[in-house]
Amino acid sequence: MITMFLVLSIVFMLMRLLPTDTYFGGRSDSMSDTVKENILKQLGLFDPWYVQLGNFWKKLLLHGDLGESIVIQQGAKCVDLIIPKAKWSFQFGAIAMIFQMLIGYSMGVMMARWKGRFFDSLGNLYILLINALPAAVYFLFIQIYVSKALGLPMLFERYNPVSRILPILCLSLGGIASNAMWMRRYMVDQMNLDYIRLARAKGMTSSQVAFRHVMRNAFIPMAQSLPTTLLFTISGSLYVESLFSIPGMGGLLITSIQRQDNTMVQAMVLLYSAISVIGLLLGDIMMMICDPRISLTKKGGSR
Amino acid sequence: MSRFSVKENRANRLEEALLEQIEQTAAERDELTAGEIESLDPEEFETVPYSAEGAERIGYSNYSYWRSTLRMFLKNRLAVAMLIVIVLLMGFAIVQAYLPGQGTRGLTEGILPAQGPQNAIRIYNWPDGTKDAGLPMKNQRPSGAFWFGTNAIGQDLWSMIWSGTRTSLIIGFAVALIEAVVGTFTGLLWGYIRKLDFFFTELYNVLNNIPTTIVLILCTYVMRASIPTLILAMSLTGWMGLARFIRNQVLMIRDRDFNLASRCLGTPTDRIIVKNLIPQMVSVIMLRMALAVPGAIGWEVFLSYIGLGLSVDTPSLGNLVNTGRAMISAPRLRYQLIFPAVILSVITICFYLVGNAFADAADPRNHL
Repeated sequence: MITMFLVLSIVFMLMRLLPTDTYFGGRSDSMSDTVKENILKQLGLFDPWYVQLGNFWKKLLLHGDLGESIVIQQGAKCVDLIIPKAKWSFQFGAIAMIFQMLIGYSMGVMMARWKGRFFDSLGNLYILLINALPAAVYFLFIQIYVSKALGLPMLFERYNPVSRILPILCLSLGGIASNAMWMRRYMVDQMNLDYIRLARAKGMTSSQVAFRHVMRNAFIPMAQSLPTTLLFTISGSLYVESLFSIPGMGGLLITSIQRQDNTMVQAMVLLYSAISVIGLLLGDIMMMICDPRISLTKKGGSR
Repeated sequence: MSRFSVKENRANRLEEALLEQIEQTAAERDELTAGEIESLDPEEFETVPYSAEGAERIGYSNYSYWRSTLRMFLKNRLAVAMLIVIVLLMGFAIVQAYLPGQGTRGLTEGILPAQGPQNAIRIYNWPDGTKDAGLPMKNQRPSGAFWFGTNAIGQDLWSMIWSGTRTSLIIGFAVALIEAVVGTFTGLLWGYIRKLDFFFTELYNVLNNIPTTIVLILCTYVMRASIPTLILAMSLTGWMGLARFIRNQVLMIRDRDFNLASRCLGTPTDRIIVKNLIPQMVSVIMLRMALAVPGAIGWEVFLSYIGLGLSVDTPSLGNLVNTGRAMISAPRLRYQLIFPAVILSVITICFYLVGNAFADAADPRNHL
C-alpha cells in the first residue's frame, strides 16, 4: 500500500512538471492571458505542490475521481471515458491470455522433453525472433502480409468476428514466446536435480515425472509473474489496439498522448502504474499459494 | 563384483597375464644401452646448470579467463558472423555521410553534391529540363539515382536510413554505457556500504514498481523528445536491474576469505573493489550492455509509434519505420517501410545473438 501511494504520488508530481501551455487543448493562441489564468486556477495548478497532491488523493479516495478530460471529450470524467473502453480491452486480453497459457506452456514442456531435437530448435528460433525483433516491426508485417495471405481484414471491425483473429494472434505472440522460454528453462533446470533422478529410479515413467514433479516445481517461479501479465494483457496492448484500431484502453492512451490531453494521460498513466503495483502484490501472494515453503511475513535472514 | 562370476574370473586372469607382460617389457627397456647413447646426437641436448630461480618456479595451469572466453566465443560461428555484420554496419553508418556523392549518385544536374550528415534531410527537386522541374521528387521507387527510393516529400531514403541508423545506434550505445556505469556504481555502493542498503532497497522497490513503458511515456511527454531526453528517459530505469545483480554479487563475494585476506593486508577499499570485485561481474555487465542496445532501439521505435519519438528532422530508425507505416495501404510504396524495418531487424537480431553468445562464452562453467 505504501509503495502504491509513493508510486502514484511520484507519477502525479512528474505530471506537474509539464509546461502549462498544454492544458488549453491546442487553443492557447486564441485565448487571452486572463482566460488562461482562470483555467489554470480552476485546475488548481497555482496551489503549492503539497496542496495539489492532497487534493488529488482526496478526490481519488473519496470520489474515485481522476479529473476531467480536456481535449478528447471536453468536461467528461476520465473514469467514464475509460470504462467502456476497458470492456473491449478485457475481451481481447482474456482470449489472448488463454492462448498464451495454453500454447506457451505446452510448447515449453514439449521443448524441454525433446531438448536438442528439431522441435526444440524450432521453438528456440521462434523465441529468438520474438525477443530480438521490436514488436512494432513484426506486428506491422503480420498486419500487412498475413492478412493478405489468409484473406483476413486488416483492421478491426466491430460486427465482423473474423477481424478479431489477427489482433488476438498479435497479442498472444509475445506471451507465448516468454511463457515457453521460461517454462523450458525451469524444466530443464529441474530435470538435472537429484530428486528427479530418484523418481526415475523408483520406476516412474518419464511423463509421470514430467507432469507430477517437474512441472509443478517449474511453475512456482512462473506463478509470480502471472497476475502482472494477466492485468497487463487485460488492460490492453498499446501497440496492437491502435494498430488494428480496436477501441480499447491502450488505444485511448495513445490518442490522448497524440492529442495532448493532459488530465487524460495522467489518469491513464496512474491507472497503469496502479495495475502494475497490484500485479506484483498479487504475484507474491500467488507464489505463496503455489509454494508452501515461501511465506510473506517471515523476515529473511538478510546476510 | 561377485567372486563366483565366471566371466569376471576369466577377465581377471587375462588382465593379470597382460599386466605381467607389460611390466616385463617396461623393466627391460628402462635403461638405454651404451651403444644407443653413443648414437644420439649431442646437439639435441643442452646441459643446464643448477639455478635457484628455476627451482623456485611453481607450476600453474595457463588458464586465462579472457582467452577461454574468446575461444568459446569464436567457436560459435553464427555469433562471429553476426559480430562481423554489426561491425560492418556500424562502420558503414559512420563512414557513409562522408563518402563522396551520397544522395547524388548519377543525378548531378540541378543538385549540389552535398556531403556530411546534414545531407540526409535535404529534399530533392526535379532538375531543369524535365516536365516537373523544380518540384520535389516524391515517392520515387528504388532506382540507380536513389538506391532505396525517396519518401513522400522527396528525401533520399538511403541517406535517411543511414542517418537514422547513426541516431539509433548513438542512443543505444549511450543508454548502454550510462546503464553500465550507473548500474555498476550504485550496485557497488548498495552492496558494499551496509548503511545504504536499506535506502537503496526501498528506492528499488518503489522505482521498480513503475513499469518502464509508463516511465518512458511520462518522461518524453513531459520533456519533449530529443536525443538527450530519450537517452535520459531510457537510462532512468535501465540501471536498476544491473545494480541489483551487482549488489547481490557484492554481498556474496565481499566477505569471502580472499577479500578478508586482502583487507587484512591493508589493501585500500577502492583497490579491493576494482581488482577483486569487478572482474567477477564483467561478463554480466557486458551482457547487459549488449542487450541494452537493441532494447533502446526497440523503445525508440515504440515511442515514435505512439507519437512521442524524435521529430522527422532527426531521422531515426523509429520514425522512419513510423513514416513507412503510413504507406501500408499502397503496396507500391511499401519499400519505404520495408527498408528501414529490415535494417532495424538486422541490427537488433545481431546484437541479441552476439550478446547471448558472449554471455554463454563468459560463463566459466562452459570453459573446458
